[in-house]
Amino acid sequence: MPVWTLFGLKHGIATNSWPDNGGTDEQTGVLGLPRLEPDRCEENCKACVEVCLPGAIGMNSSEDGDRLTIDYGKCIACQLCTESCPNEVLTKSNDWAFGVGNRKDLIWAETLASEPAQELSENIKKYFGRSLHIRHVDAGSCNGCESELQALNNPYYNLHRLGIFFTPSPRFADLLLVTGSVTYAMHEPLLATYHAMPEPRWVMATGTCAVSGGVTGGGYSGGNGLDGVLPVDLYVPGCPPNPSAMIQAILLLLNRSKQHVYGGHYAK
Amino acid sequence: MKGASEQILQASEITAACERLVAEGARLQMAYAWFPEAGGPAEVVYLADQGRHKPFPLLRCRLPENAPSLPSLATKIPLLSWYEREMTDLCGLTFSGHPDPHPLVLHEGAHPSMPPLDPRYPKDEPMPYSEQPWDLPPIEGSDVQVLPFGPVRADVLESAQIVFYYVGEAILHCHPRLFFKHRGMEKRFEGLDPAFGVLIAERISGVDSVAHSLAFCQAVEIASQCEVPERALHLRTVLAELERLYNHLHYLGYLCHTTTLKVGEAEGRLLEERCKKLNGIFTGSRFLRGLLKPGGLRRDLDLHDLPHELRMLEPEIAGYIEKLEKTNSHLDRLITTGHLPENVAFDQGATGPIKRASGIERDLRRDHPYAAYDRFEMAIPMRTEGDAHARAQVRMEEIRNSITLILKALARMPQGPVATPIEYPGGGEGLGWCEGSRGSIYYAVHFDKDGRLGRVKVKSASFSNWRVFPYTVHDTNMMDYAINEASFGLTMAGCDR
Repeated sequence: MPVWTLFGLKHGIATNSWPDNGGTDEQTGVLGLPRLEPDRCEENCKACVEVCLPGAIGMNSSEDGDRLTIDYGKCIACQLCTESCPNEVLTKSNDWAFGVGNRKDLIWAETLASEPAQELSENIKKYFGRSLHIRHVDAGSCNGCESELQALNNPYYNLHRLGIFFTPSPRFADLLLVTGSVTYAMHEPLLATYHAMPEPRWVMATGTCAVSGGVTGGGYSGGNGLDGVLPVDLYVPGCPPNPSAMIQAILLLLNRSKQHVYGGHYAK
Repeated sequence: MKGASEQILQASEITAACERLVAEGARLQMAYAWFPEAGGPAEVVYLADQGRHKPFPLLRCRLPENAPSLPSLATKIPLLSWYEREMTDLCGLTFSGHPDPHPLVLHEGAHPSMPPLDPRYPKDEPMPYSEQPWDLPPIEGSDVQVLPFGPVRADVLESAQIVFYYVGEAILHCHPRLFFKHRGMEKRFEGLDPAFGVLIAERISGVDSVAHSLAFCQAVEIASQCEVPERALHLRTVLAELERLYNHLHYLGYLCHTTTLKVGEAEGRLLEERCKKLNGIFTGSRFLRGLLKPGGLRRDLDLHDLPHELRMLEPEIAGYIEKLEKTNSHLDRLITTGHLPENVAFDQGATGPIKRASGIERDLRRDHPYAAYDRFEMAIPMRTEGDAHARAQVRMEEIRNSITLILKALARMPQGPVATPIEYPGGGEGLGWCEGSRGSIYYAVHFDKDGRLGRVKVKSASFSNWRVFPYTVHDTNMMDYAINEASFGLTMAGCDR
């Protein structure tokens, strides 16, 4: 038997069984988006607002006084707010980035949104059953998202086991997975890829840059993410979102997983 | 500028001064322009490296107000060609006699109202753009075919376009069209508190987060004359080597992908993933982000169990490398592929494992030590063959050295604080550097009068290596192209910025 085949066989199975058959998401220790406990917030303390470079944390003035707002679609999980907060209003968490169908669900709302879970795309099962082909386009990322996307095909995450594949041709693709803030030079190639895809087609904004521009968007060269460029079906913030977050989000699109976040509230 | 020995020259003296440096064995590292006063004339800065333990020579030249022009050095010092084109695009300078005066960083069709790096250009204003065909080299002949490949390429890859001119299988010319991902990152630093600058530096190239943020922090610290505590220096060394580890393992796996050694690819990716997981467990970030700040580290790290984990990983990596080096089908594709001669590597600016595989023995960790590198013996892996196999071998040895270095640094980890308070000097300047996994990275930081960031120039490893890469593609064949590109380990994000 060839040496590599024997080596591979002897190695045994490396693949994670998450999420289909239990197991863990293999993201031990990874710090995610900060948690918010607004009741502990002190009046006139704007420590977190001042250290938030992408402007994810803001103050809303109302009759009851100033209220903290947080937009996870802009958060780069840099943890500066959790380090600067004197009262543990914002705390470090291992909640990795999460996928949502509605951009508003990434914005922390005072009361938990009471609307029933929004069906992301009701007919996706009709078309795709359990399989999906993805065309990835890098529209100006830092390569962090690509590194994690490439990890999806490593033996741990082994995306193929879930019936999900990357395809080189937009003609065969069901989902356009976009990373990066959409630079001026990638704008046209991105649209050309989208228009080359057969309908029905879906679009996933992956990483904070694609969701909102993050810290790298804007300026003379960069856009501010996919909003206004393409119709987005799924938003996955995170800088970068880790492989499990991406798997969870793609399964969400296929109606094979539940949305975990409404109104910025995270529930596992 | 702190961190370098500088000389102030007239525009007419620049050519002779640069040539003198090269004649003395120094090598130019980067050149950039900036505007000390909004609306005022530009200053051009040339940085060179004259070897081990010698200060970096820095040549500065303030241009006359109404004549933003210099003689081009590109024919004499070829690696400056791209820097000059970049200054033309972003700072509006002209270089007389440039052999290739085409836009580089800004694509044809981008017409900003003023040079985007002019401090008066609004930080949030998008520039107008209408797509235009590029000026491509005219290569004609009855059998010559042209293949534009990209910018959206197969697999999960970064965006760039490679234009091939070929006859049958033979490549005549390969013309990379880069900077599709140019995000104007140097402009993003402007006006920021230096503590925020780290967040930008980490996002210039995601897989070089530590190298970029370390070079940035060091530039700020040198400008501020800040002594970083010993424990922070050791932790920074460990983080920088952890980054090298997962990058080099990724590289080995990806190289197997291009030679279709499937199990080798899977094993390489698995080892990379295990390293990233260790990063997550010990630092909270798979990309080692959010740890560095000017003055030290943001928080202390508990790395007590890391040696144990690395010792478990070490024999597996060694076994993997040994198997790769015994696989003839793999080696056959690498040996003699993408040959880069030493003189081309030197003249065109190759850096990192690429230059060390072509016989140039330079490594910033040993030659200009930073963090805690001067406390440890450094062996510099070297090859002279200059082919894809030599580049892989250099990286394999660096993997072994990295593990040894991390274990040593952890064993000798001093106790104490991990950060010291820092005061940013209004109008100060500093140069920082780092040998990342892909090669040398330089940051030149100019503060404004309030101690906020003014101009930040980023010289990344991939910017240098992309310039070199086409020289190894000319006169090769299409089948080897992917192997050759993988053997360079390039990133687009770092190059395009």
